[in-house]
Amino acid sequence: MGKTVLVTGAARQLSGRFVRHLRRDPRVDRVIGVDSRPPAHPLGGAEFVRADIRQPSIVTVLAEHAVDTVVHLDVHGTPGPAGGGRSAVKEVNVLGTLQLLGACQKVPGLRGVVVKSSTQIYGTAARDPAVFHETTRVGAPTGGGFVRDVIEIEGYVRGFARRCPDVRVTVLRCAHVLGPAADSRLAAYFRLPVLPTVLGYDPRLQFVHEDDVLEVLARAAREPGTPDALAPDTYNVAGEGVLLLSQAARRIGRPTVPVVRALAPWLGSALGTLGLGGASAEQLRSLVHGRVARTTRLRQAMGGPLAYTTGETFAEFAALHGPGALPPEHVARAVDRIEEVVRHG
Amino acid sequence: MADAKVIPIGEGGRRGRSREEPPAPPSAGSPSAGREEAGHEDEVAGVAGGGLDRALARGFAFLRRRLSGAYEIDDFGYDRDLTDEVLMTVLRPVFEKYFRVEVRGMENVPAEGGALLVSNHSGTLPWDGLMLQVAVRDHHPADRHLRLLAADLVFQLPVVNELARKAGHTLACAEDAQELLERGELVGVMPEGFKGIGKPFADRYKLQRFGRGGFVATALRAGVPIVPCSIVGAEEIYPMLGNSRVAARLLNLPYFPITPTFPWLGPLGAVPLPTKWTIQLGEPIETKDHPPEAADDPMLMFQLTDQVRETIQHTLYKLLVARRSVFF
Repeated sequence: MGKTVLVTGAARQLSGRFVRHLRRDPRVDRVIGVDSRPPAHPLGGAEFVRADIRQPSIVTVLAEHAVDTVVHLDVHGTPGPAGGGRSAVKEVNVLGTLQLLGACQKVPGLRGVVVKSSTQIYGTAARDPAVFHETTRVGAPTGGGFVRDVIEIEGYVRGFARRCPDVRVTVLRCAHVLGPAADSRLAAYFRLPVLPTVLGYDPRLQFVHEDDVLEVLARAAREPGTPDALAPDTYNVAGEGVLLLSQAARRIGRPTVPVVRALAPWLGSALGTLGLGGASAEQLRSLVHGRVARTTRLRQAMGGPLAYTTGETFAEFAALHGPGALPPEHVARAVDRIEEVVRHG
Repeated sequence: MADAKVIPIGEGGRRGRSREEPPAPPSAGSPSAGREEAGHEDEVAGVAGGGLDRALARGFAFLRRRLSGAYEIDDFGYDRDLTDEVLMTVLRPVFEKYFRVEVRGMENVPAEGGALLVSNHSGTLPWDGLMLQVAVRDHHPADRHLRLLAADLVFQLPVVNELARKAGHTLACAEDAQELLERGELVGVMPEGFKGIGKPFADRYKLQRFGRGGFVATALRAGVPIVPCSIVGAEEIYPMLGNSRVAARLLNLPYFPITPTFPWLGPLGAVPLPTKWTIQLGEPIETKDHPPEAADDPMLMFQLTDQVRETIQHTLYKLLVARRSVFF
C-alpha cells in the first residue's frame, strides 16, 4: 500500500532531519518536503516542493502527490535562517497552520495529521500547578509571542479534528528541543557566554533530545495497526527528569547574571538590538516560573521512557557547545584545592 | 551543661581585650598559635578533631556538588540536597533551641505511601509549616519528607518562590496535591490559609473555616489517610493586635499585621517571640473505605471536613489545658 508523507518546514534543521529519518523507513514510499525556500541541507533523496503553506495553493500539492499523512513541523518560536522578524514567524505559525489544515480538509485521501506543538502552551505563572497534564485546561493567552501562537494553532487543530473525524490527529507538545541541529530559542540562550537570569527566580526546565523527537514523530506518522504506531492523541514529549536553570548553567559552565525582574524586558530588547537573540524579552519572561509537563501518557503509549533524559540531553548539548568560562571540572578542582588548604594547611 | 566548661573561649575573649600586651605562651609564631588554638577548640568540642574535619569534608563535598550542578531535583523542584544540608540545618536550631518543639504522635504518620497531614495555621508568618517540616524530617523513623502546599503569594515573591520550591513546597491546588499523593509523598496542608495565619490575637486557637474542603476530596481521590495535626505555640509568636487594611491593600498582601513590635521596630519586629511549642499528630482518618467517586458527594465531603476540623480543635483545647505557660 502506498504511503506518502508530506513534511512542512523542510528548510529547517529539524524537519530536514525528520525527512531523512523517514526516508530510511521501508514502510514509507514517498516523502515530500515543503517549504517556501529551498533547504540548504540534503533531504536524503526525498522530493522537495517549493510551496508556501500560507497560500491556498498548498491544496494542489497535497492533491497532486496523493498525500495521506501530513507532518506539520513549521511551528517555531524563532525566525528561520532566512531571517524575518517576529511578525513573519507568527504569520507562518498561525496563518500557515490555518491554510494547511484548510487544505487537508479538502483532500479526500488524507488519513493522518501530526502537528508539532510546544509545552509552552501551558504558559507559566505563579498560580499554575507545578506539573501540567495533557488534560490541564489551557487558559486564555496571557502576554503574546509564541505562547499565543501555539494556543491558536492548537485551537485550529481541534477544530479540524472535529470537522474531519476520519482523519487521525496527533498533537505532540514538545519541551525545549536540544540536539546537534537544534535552532530553538533556548538553545540560542545557552550558547550565550554569560546567561542573564531573573533575580530571585530559578525556573524548572525540561528538555527533549532531537533524536527522541524524530522517533516520536515517526511513530505518530505511522498507520494504526503497524507495529510501534502511536495512537492519535495529544502527548507531552519531554525527557525524564528536570533541571533548574541555575543547575543547567553550572553544568554547562556558563556564569549567570541575575537581573531585576522589572528591568529584564529592557535588557532583553537591548541585547536584541545588539544582535544577541538568545535573551529576548520574551525569553526572559519565560524564565521566571518553571514549567514541567507530565509524560506518563507518552511513556505508556511508547511502551517505555524516551531514550534520553532531560539531564542526558543537556549533557550532550553541553559537550557539543563546550563549557563556558566556568567548566564544572575546573570549579570542582578549585574547590578541591581550597579544601586541601583549609583542611590540611 | 556543656557551656559551663567552655573556658578557652573566655580566655580568647580576655586575650582579645588585652590586645596591647603580647600573649606569653605562643611566642614561637602565629601559625603554631593558630594550630594550638584549634587544638583547644577540639578539646572543648569533645568530639575531637575528627568532628570538625568531617564537617569540613561534608561542607566541601556539598559545595562541589552545588557549584558543578551535580545534584538532582524532582518534577516539583524539590532539591533534597539543599533542603537537608542547608535549609534544615538552619531551621533545626530554631526548632530545638528557640521554640523547643515537642513532637507527639509521630507514629500516626504512615511509614510509607501517601498521606495528607492537615494542620491548623497561625502566627502571621508561616513558621508553623516550617517547624512541621522539621518535625517530620527529624522525628519520623522512616526518613520521610513533608511536602507542604503553599499559597500562591509564596510563588509570586522573588527569592521566596525559589526557596519554597527547593524546600519541596508547591502550590496549594488540587492538581499538585493529587500528583504528589499519587507518587506516595507525605503532603502537608493548612486549609485555613490566610484566614488562619492572619487572624487577630483575640481569636487564637479558634479554627477558621476549612476552605471548601477540597483537601478531603483530594485525599479521597488518591485513597490516602488524613492525619490531623494540632500545633500549639505558634499563635503567640507575633501577637497580632491589629490589621492595617490600607497597608495591606497598598502592598497587595492579604493582611498587614500590627503587633507590639511590628512595624514599630522595623525588621527587629519580625523576630518571633520564643514560645514553647507542641505538635500533636492525631490518629489517621482512613479514606480507603469510600470509593473515589465519593469525592463528588458534597455532603460526605462536608462531614469528613468537619470531622477533621473537630479533631484538630479538640486536640488544641486539650493541649492548651495541659500547657503550663506560653513560654515554658
